[in-house]
Amino acid sequence: MTSEDLAWRIRCHAIDMVHNAHASHIAAALSAADILAVLYTNVMRVDPQDPDMPERDRFIMSKGHAGVAVYALLAEVGFFPVSELERYYTDGSVYSGHVSHRGVPGVEFSTGSLGHGAAVACGMAMAAKMAGRTHRVFTLVGDGECNEGSIWEMALVAQQNKLDNFTVIVDCNAMQAMGSCRDVMNMEPFADKWRSFGWQTIEVADGNNHEQLREAFSTLSDGKPKCILAKTKKGKGISFMENNLIWHYRDPQGDDYLRAVEELEAAKP
Amino acid sequence: MRNTFIKALECIAGNDPRVVLLTGDLGYGVLNSFAETFPSRYFNMGISEQIMTSAAAGMALEGNVVFTYSIGNFNTLRCMEQIRNDICYHNANVKIVSVGGGFSYGQLGMSHHSTEDIAMMRELPHMRVYVPADPEEAVAALHDAMRHPGPCYFRIAKNGEPKLSEKGADYDISKIHPLRSGSDVCILGCGPLLNQALKAAEYLEERNISAGICSVPCVKPLDVETLEKIAQQYRMLVTVEEHQKAGGLGGAIAEVVSGLNNNAPLLRLGLQDVFTSIVGSHDYLCDKYELSARYIADAIASRMT
Repeated sequence: MTSEDLAWRIRCHAIDMVHNAHASHIAAALSAADILAVLYTNVMRVDPQDPDMPERDRFIMSKGHAGVAVYALLAEVGFFPVSELERYYTDGSVYSGHVSHRGVPGVEFSTGSLGHGAAVACGMAMAAKMAGRTHRVFTLVGDGECNEGSIWEMALVAQQNKLDNFTVIVDCNAMQAMGSCRDVMNMEPFADKWRSFGWQTIEVADGNNHEQLREAFSTLSDGKPKCILAKTKKGKGISFMENNLIWHYRDPQGDDYLRAVEELEAAKP
Repeated sequence: MRNTFIKALECIAGNDPRVVLLTGDLGYGVLNSFAETFPSRYFNMGISEQIMTSAAAGMALEGNVVFTYSIGNFNTLRCMEQIRNDICYHNANVKIVSVGGGFSYGQLGMSHHSTEDIAMMRELPHMRVYVPADPEEAVAALHDAMRHPGPCYFRIAKNGEPKLSEKGADYDISKIHPLRSGSDVCILGCGPLLNQALKAAEYLEERNISAGICSVPCVKPLDVETLEKIAQQYRMLVTVEEHQKAGGLGGAIAEVVSGLNNNAPLLRLGLQDVFTSIVGSHDYLCDKYELSARYIADAIASRMT
């Protein structure tokens, strides 16, 4: 499966899942779908048949509210049957709105409170260095999540320990819970912040473009931890959801759902 | 107690390559030897308890036994959610070592008085909570924690605590231990405040009240079996701790004895839902907040009569 196919399937499942479950956060999942698809298709070493393989690359979804995208991803990659996705949000299910590892093969770590996952990933990268192991550690954080002070504590520790085995991808969809990032808590100049914290910082002009993402991931390390600032669109792939804050909360029903499905059908790679 | 504990940790680390020590930039003159002996397993994480705690979880999930070291409330309350979500939910093998429980840092002010930590830590699923009273208890707690993969909390004192009792070869830190026998009332305590309880027992003797004293170094999981026996054996139970009266050792014991039939009444002594707004020596503050020997004795005597 190509990364484009995978991203499309993630979107299709995600729309269906939030529709059935009346779940929130669809727009955050849609912005991250391409990053996840490229990671699991072209970048990371994982084995769905052996989820705990010691030499696997580690991934932590720090923006845990986009859990629907992670479950769809892991099912499509083969960590568990796609039919399991029907249990999302249902009574007694382990597939919670925010990513949880218990009972879900392939989930490295549970998140949901922002500013945690990236910091745990940093510890995993330190552990790999300590043990002289060569696997890499990746984490996906939101740009709004970078309001959290713990992200910047992590940024300091990672550069201090020269974690060149560690990549933070920021899903820069420019929106957070109550408005645009710029209006709520302006973090610009954002790339300069990461650079000044000692990170190899790569800006991806279109973070939903797989070629551009692949290029960013394949950039040779300069010995520092790597930060990929992927400029994405919140709600990417469904025209009326793009850059529209309401879809951080609303689930597609009725005509909205039909239109979303239609648009995805038309966009099939 | 602090130095003995860290020395014991260094011994363990010598035999167990999984042991890693993280500090939140504290432990000057205390951690030096560990840092020099095991430079690749010692990290100063800076003054940043959140990343220290999350990173500890990450390292532990990769197979290490990770100790986080700080003082007072810094590596507990400051990063409570990291302890809950990252360490405890994942049952990560992280051992939280906080130096200076209760009024240990008496003159430094309320920011450095840790008086809610036991309640906060014992509330978390998977967490074991140790509040040793003397250096030997601290070392025994450390060895016990190494036998239990998963989160542990140690409240470690630092003011040269004297040895409270002889511990035989079969000593088990997870059990409630008698320090003094008595027949009327049993005082259950944790941490160095047990010294005050021992003195209080002498005052009570003068008033013809026979007080037994027990150390409860393992607040969680609580030794329910022994506690049930004690609750039936004495006319009254008393808890003493350098902690808020709610939620700490007294709270833990109340939760057990309230479920027993015909149990002895329970008197809980601790901070009365107040912050410590004045400073002073450890002894001074214990007295000021009515936890010194004479206050303990008075409180018991007035309840007994």
